[in-house]
Amino acid sequence: MNDKIRAILKENAHLPVNVDTLNDEQNLYDAGMSSHSTVNVMLALEDEFDVEFPARLLRRSVFSSVASIRNAINELCRSTELVL
Amino acid sequence: MKVSPYRVGIDIVDVHRIQDSIQRFGDCFLNRLFTRAEQAYCESLSHNTTIAQCLAARFAAKEATIKVLRPEAAMLDWRTIEIRRHQGGYCDIVLYEDAADLAQQRGIITLSVSMSHEAAYATAVVVAEF
Repeated sequence: MNDKIRAILKENAHLPVNVDTLNDEQNLYDAGMSSHSTVNVMLALEDEFDVEFPARLLRRSVFSSVASIRNAINELCRSTELVL
Repeated sequence: MKVSPYRVGIDIVDVHRIQDSIQRFGDCFLNRLFTRAEQAYCESLSHNTTIAQCLAARFAAKEATIKVLRPEAAMLDWRTIEIRRHQGGYCDIVLYEDAADLAQQRGIITLSVSMSHEAAYATAVVVAEF
């Protein structure tokens, strides 16, 4: 999953640094991610993982690192499985 | 020094990147960020580039508003901040739901906005009065 998240970040986050130079915990906003990029990342994640970010997950902390994004996607995928 | 009764927020947006997002994500992008009224006004403009400039200016205004509202952990839903255009061409900010609640909590009495754009960039300044 990390590879998919990193690929999405490469394409959508428009970071001034290569995302591969950041570890999973490093802060993406500190690395230059903008609000507009956050929207693009969120929509690309929704497409890739077939999930929808509810209002309660619309927090900067959710999109602030590869690890926090992975945790949110895992949570959303688990919720989807429960519904199914 | 006295605390200012005003707070200023500013933002700048790359118009081409907004256009790219619209092309890539379509209605998902538009519906996440803009109210129906905002979309209707911008889409009434004649050219795709002009539409992107109009939407980019509104996104900048929403982000400038968020800067004066200073939300803590949660991100505000961009649609709870509406840029309303009057017939004379000037614009006001209308807040809904969480954004309106936050403005009240912060003690904001009024918000004023000014937006501008060139081909490549759109910008907005918001002044909050306490």
